[in-house]
Amino acid sequence: MRQLSRRDAMALGVVGAAVTFFGPREQASAAAKEAADQITKFTGGKTATSGKVSIELPEIAENGNTVPLSVSVDSPMTADNYVSEVLVVADGNPNPGVATFQFSPLSGKAEASTRMRLATTQNIIAVAKTSKGEFFTNQKLVKVTIGGCGG
Amino acid sequence: MAEKPRLKLPKEAKKGEVVEIKTLLPHIMESGQRKDKDGKAIPRKIINKFVCEFNGKPVFTANLEPAIAANPYMQFHAKVEESGTFKFTWTDDDGTITTAEESITVS
Repeated sequence: MRQLSRRDAMALGVVGAAVTFFGPREQASAAAKEAADQITKFTGGKTATSGKVSIELPEIAENGNTVPLSVSVDSPMTADNYVSEVLVVADGNPNPGVATFQFSPLSGKAEASTRMRLATTQNIIAVAKTSKGEFFTNQKLVKVTIGGCGG
Repeated sequence: MAEKPRLKLPKEAKKGEVVEIKTLLPHIMESGQRKDKDGKAIPRKIINKFVCEFNGKPVFTANLEPAIAANPYMQFHAKVEESGTFKFTWTDDDGTITTAEESITVS
């Protein structure tokens, strides 16, 4: 019981007790909504086309404390056509934001890798913005055995 | 800046080559989600920004959230057209800035 209420508090910030009645499903959808809001903010309301972005993740992450992530975008990366920004969100984390990568033609490749924390099994969504103002997106499910938040 | 960042990149490259750069800064990346023994939230303390520049021009920037694992690791690329110096900057929530530099010879 204590475990559950703590998770809820994490997901919703302050609310805590009242939310304990709803199960994990409610908190997951709240996080997913916030993730969607962040994406809308990033694209300025434009719809991102599916494709061009690839996400590399382990299928099953045994330890949610450090999950390797690699995002790459198919782009020529020339001065007049390059990927300027990539937003990565995790739709089941207490805070869905993971990172925003900003590239330049000097990057050569629109590709970045890092390690992240994941609270539970969830989707990782990446949205890329090009210098021409186009948006591309992709998502991938990752199964997490042991969560990496709170503790 | 207690800890020294770790960098891995080639010392030499051909003109126009895209080189791989790996960086790691030892840091707790306290997410702000954890609680101490008394149930009080441990305040957030993370590296919120990482910047890589080459000869003063931006190459790669990452805005980081608490979801980045401890000891933030970044791997990315840079296209080098001339010899010069890469400058790496990590910014902590408390304003502490850690920097590192590494030069590369381009032939």
